[in-house]
Amino acid sequence: MTIQMIRRLIYITIFTLLLQTTSVIAGTTGSEELSKSGSQDSTKECFEGFSRAMFKFNHALDRAVFEPVAKGYRALPVPIRKGTGNVVDNLRSLLTLSNNILQGDFNRAGNTAARFGINTTAGILGIFDPAAKLGFEDQGKEDFGQTLGAWGAESGCYFVLPILGPTTTRDAVGLVGNVFIDPVYQITHNTEIDNGIVGNSTYSEHNYYYYRGTGAVDFRAKNIESWDSLEENSIDLYASLKSLYLQNRKQKIANSASAVKTQDDSDWEEIDTN
Amino acid sequence: MKKKIFIIVFFIFGLSQKSFAYSSDPKQFIQEIVDEAKKILVDSNTKEFKTEKLSEIALKTVDIKGVAYYSLGNYRKTLNDEQMEEYLVLFEKYFLKSFTSRLTDYSDPKIEVLTAEILNSKYTIVKSLLLATDKKPEVKIEWRVYTKNPNKPLIRDLIIEGLSLARTQKEEFASVIETNNGDITKLFVTLKEFIAK
Repeated sequence: MTIQMIRRLIYITIFTLLLQTTSVIAGTTGSEELSKSGSQDSTKECFEGFSRAMFKFNHALDRAVFEPVAKGYRALPVPIRKGTGNVVDNLRSLLTLSNNILQGDFNRAGNTAARFGINTTAGILGIFDPAAKLGFEDQGKEDFGQTLGAWGAESGCYFVLPILGPTTTRDAVGLVGNVFIDPVYQITHNTEIDNGIVGNSTYSEHNYYYYRGTGAVDFRAKNIESWDSLEENSIDLYASLKSLYLQNRKQKIANSASAVKTQDDSDWEEIDTN
Repeated sequence: MKKKIFIIVFFIFGLSQKSFAYSSDPKQFIQEIVDEAKKILVDSNTKEFKTEKLSEIALKTVDIKGVAYYSLGNYRKTLNDEQMEEYLVLFEKYFLKSFTSRLTDYSDPKIEVLTAEILNSKYTIVKSLLLATDKKPEVKIEWRVYTKNPNKPLIRDLIIEGLSLARTQKEEFASVIETNNGDITKLFVTLKEFIAK
């Protein structure tokens, strides 16, 4: 099976899920809203049974494949891991740049472009991060789901995708949108075109998947203990992950590092114990 | 002689009480907790010792009852007195186990307490930074401090990289109750299972 076929299959799966999501939203009220338990987050769970099954599948896959690979990666010397993480982040910043521009956030776009330019050249293809030392600090990643959120799109329905994990209707649309605005994707996937703007015959689709795969392993390796702790201390791991995912997305869309600014605090106000 | 002994006992008792008193300033309060925890979380201490000592700190500095109410959300209004009493006992055990288990894996953590932001008369957010190690990246930690009684601040939430532990816990509890058709006693069973494991 070629990579192109796999890619098409992923698209079909995502679009089928999106269609299902839309029909569930239209046809039922979904499961209980979080707001009924005091939270103001109104993200609904549309097909929880399916999502829980996908979560179990992903969890098993993580234990069998991703976690051992991440632990192996963790055994590499720190400078190699750090350099690898930096290279991946540097390439990922191009998708951030596209989204900075789409959001009209030109200050951040300037910062992202400067970081990419400095780190690709002086930082030797992104292995090092001299940009931060020059005052161009990393201001966080952006994706098309966040851009849709910044444009005012509601999160829609929460569900879990095979392999890709937790998402919402908005973020799943964002996943598809990412491929159209990610320069790395466009360069590696349009190898038949080589006009100096889009496409480059030197690269292949494989390069894109190596880059994304390495990014995933690097992220997993940085979070081994956090995930183990979450697993050990959760009474409903699925619900924990859902809560963390939704909180995180809300914050990223608001470009805020503080939960106090993005979460509703009224439910704390009514609790008096002294 | 009796009087002397009484004075000595009183003095020692007074000193020990003083050593347990935390600052009323939220930032200093968190700094003191961090310093105390650092001394406990050294490699030479056993996991059992760390668990015991961290539990003692949590009992003195965390508003466990407040977190228990919050975690139950609106469901707390459906409990009768007897159920609430049972829930609070279970929650404290659950909380201490969960809290200490999250921390005992940390060895010699380096935390910098940075700033404090007063939200209102009841809450102050203290910002801190867990410094990066070879294995773990730098982590921003915010402490939601309950200051209704200004002389006795208490922690109500830990917000790690912007993710609220109390909110996550609350949504987890709601999920357990909802997947059991609103039967709150199933949450009690789940908490008991967690405590026993």
